[in-house]
Amino acid sequence: MALLRSRGGLSLTNPVLASYVVPVHPHPLLVPEQNEGWQRLRDAFDEARQQISDSGADLIIIYSTTWPSIIGHQIQADPNPTWTLVDQDFHDLGSMDYSFRIDAEFAEAWNKANHARGLQSRTVAYNGFPIDVGSVVALKLLNPDNAIPAVIVSSNVYANRAETTVLAKSCLDVLKSTGKKAVAVTAMSMSNRMFTEFIDAADDKIHSLKDDEWNRKVLEFLEEGRLEDVAQLSRTIHQQIRVQKVVTFKPMWWLSAMNDNRNDLTGRVLAYEALHGAGGAVVHLDPASNGMGDKEYDEDDVEVYHGERNVLDAEGSENTPETKHVDDNGPALWDPAEGKDAVNTDSAPKPVGLYPHARRVGDLLYLSGVGPRQPGTNAIPGGPIRDANGEPLEYDIKAQTRAVVENIARILEEAGSSMEKVVDVTSFLVDMDRDFAGYNEVWAETLGHYGPTRTTLAIRALPTPIAVEMKVIAKI
Amino acid sequence: MAKGSIVAGCLAPHPPHLVYAENPPQNEPTSEGGWEQLRWGYERLRESLSKIDHDVLVILSPHWQTYVGTHFLGLPHFEGLSVDPIFPNLFRYSYNLDIDVELSKAIHDKAADAGLAVKMMENPDFRVDYGTITTGHMVNPAFDKPLVVISSNRSRHYYSVEVMQEMMMELGRVTRDAILESGKKAVVLASNSLSHRHFTTESDVPEDMSKEHITSHAMHLWDMRIIDYMRTGQAQRIIDEMPEFTEQAIAESDGGGLTWLLSTLTVPTYPAILHGYGTIIGTGNAIVEWPCYAHEEV
Ligand SMILES: [Fe+2]
Repeated sequence: MALLRSRGGLSLTNPVLASYVVPVHPHPLLVPEQNEGWQRLRDAFDEARQQISDSGADLIIIYSTTWPSIIGHQIQADPNPTWTLVDQDFHDLGSMDYSFRIDAEFAEAWNKANHARGLQSRTVAYNGFPIDVGSVVALKLLNPDNAIPAVIVSSNVYANRAETTVLAKSCLDVLKSTGKKAVAVTAMSMSNRMFTEFIDAADDKIHSLKDDEWNRKVLEFLEEGRLEDVAQLSRTIHQQIRVQKVVTFKPMWWLSAMNDNRNDLTGRVLAYEALHGAGGAVVHLDPASNGMGDKEYDEDDVEVYHGERNVLDAEGSENTPETKHVDDNGPALWDPAEGKDAVNTDSAPKPVGLYPHARRVGDLLYLSGVGPRQPGTNAIPGGPIRDANGEPLEYDIKAQTRAVVENIARILEEAGSSMEKVVDVTSFLVDMDRDFAGYNEVWAETLGHYGPTRTTLAIRALPTPIAVEMKVIAKI
Repeated sequence: MAKGSIVAGCLAPHPPHLVYAENPPQNEPTSEGGWEQLRWGYERLRESLSKIDHDVLVILSPHWQTYVGTHFLGLPHFEGLSVDPIFPNLFRYSYNLDIDVELSKAIHDKAADAGLAVKMMENPDFRVDYGTITTGHMVNPAFDKPLVVISSNRSRHYYSVEVMQEMMMELGRVTRDAILESGKKAVVLASNSLSHRHFTTESDVPEDMSKEHITSHAMHLWDMRIIDYMRTGQAQRIIDEMPEFTEQAIAESDGGGLTWLLSTLTVPTYPAILHGYGTIIGTGNAIVEWPCYAHEEV
């Protein structure tokens, strides 16, 4: 997959012909005449419609923030969903009749591709299923005659960046295998804070100067084609200009992944206006390189989703919250190095490099650094300190420290030594302020009893998502 | 005109699973049952309410989410098909219900006088939210009493739990005043779960009860703490701890229903009756009744 990606400009293999960001509120569809800004958004929708119609796309794919889901992502698969939608807030602006043409076959294939990449997802095809306002507005304005079939995907409320990125990759898998060319659309607000009071249409404006400034900065990036930069700023943007709701600024993750996480697209903001205080923008992103050269990006380029979803089967030791697997985000594991005087055991965790668990020199035993990972499962008692995306997690330093001591005891036992014979210990903590007290408490209950000398250091990181490691010298 | 009254207040959660599990004629999917503890709880609540004379059910559901003010269904009759956007496999329900527009308008007007942003919903194409329908069905499957349906203003998301509570306390006060002035006997219902962390997977048979449990111990402890306050007449402590509860248990009380309910009951100091507690895809749900008729001057 990585070989197919073009880092320096137009990808020959990416089937996305164009991408659009469009607003979700119904004003440009129902009452554009009531406000000049709403009319400009409507005109921008019309321009985008013409571009899409001229593009020769086989498919319009919509990722909508106004369709939240809980059990993974949902994909609309009713070939002809037909209903009348009324907005929950803006019901007085009128009703929205819709009858769409959905590529149900593509929806089913995407669903399958999601499962193949480790994602939870399902298709929905039910008479009367409530298609969300963002999708209805987008499809009615961008594809009024159903000339191009569409697919709609929900925004999962619990999905993180990895999951949202993989969702795009599985979509690309299907586009590539079917040979279809698509237009990708995210239905979303920029800043999403609306006025909480009723206002006259003529008085509409962006809710605050701060929201306006952030919107303009984000749009400046998009106009420069820096989609991946916006995606990487997603969490910050969310904190700054989004009302805390479960569905965040994650559509940018999806859209960027649909474009091979590039930063050199050709962007154009067709309109940016207020919709009852929220920031509404119509943006066109052309995959043609803007000639500026692509930029570095530093977040993981995830291919398969490994995250923990299987809450229902949480009974086994593998997925209980206290002991999570880390083989997804730690370095590769090695078999312990063999050699003269080496001491290795299956009852200690596998090394993360070519070295033994311990080595004998005369009547002394030098242990390699020992962490809390569990032999066999590689789980971390007390939980890992960060998730696969590097987001910090709550963990229990005491449980981790206890597990370290137990691992040490196993290695000592294998070498014919024991805890009483430990001479000197060097401990490494990644967060001295947070963890010293808990670590020290467990120390006093365990190794501290036997009286070895000890040195405790704060360090920046350990190779796996653990908080404590110890280096031990013992007599045999 | 005789003075109206609130004859009972209820916490009446709305997971569509409960309707699905009952196989009522209005719902299209069929099941092999499930979530019996909660459904028996609703049976006890229905039994209890059947003994109390009442004219109208006043519901606040977190699934009619409005960001611009609080809205009220404002037409006398709604019917249609409600399909749950999250669990469409479980809930496709043909509803047919009446609205007490007069009382709705009275609450609306009082709320406006109190400075709240309010609006009557008068678009006949509007689809009634599945939370209202589920709670309506579980409390009164015949739908033979009119409803007042109040939207859930998302002030908790815009501002904070504290602001949400301030607004909902006010909305509760005006709801009560309007009911008392109307001469009607009303049951008020907050349609929400307690702790609200879902599983993110669903078992092949959704009603497989071997898969059902609370998502975490912490959620259980919070639910029990809140239920204990309800059962011991300490509603004020629920209000006081609402910010922590809502944050830490990701509680569905964020929609304002529970605060509004307690306010309509003037923050009761008498014990509530717990009709049932159970989990639904990991979320904590309690069916609770405050028997006002026995404790207030009716
Ligand atoms: Fe709910």
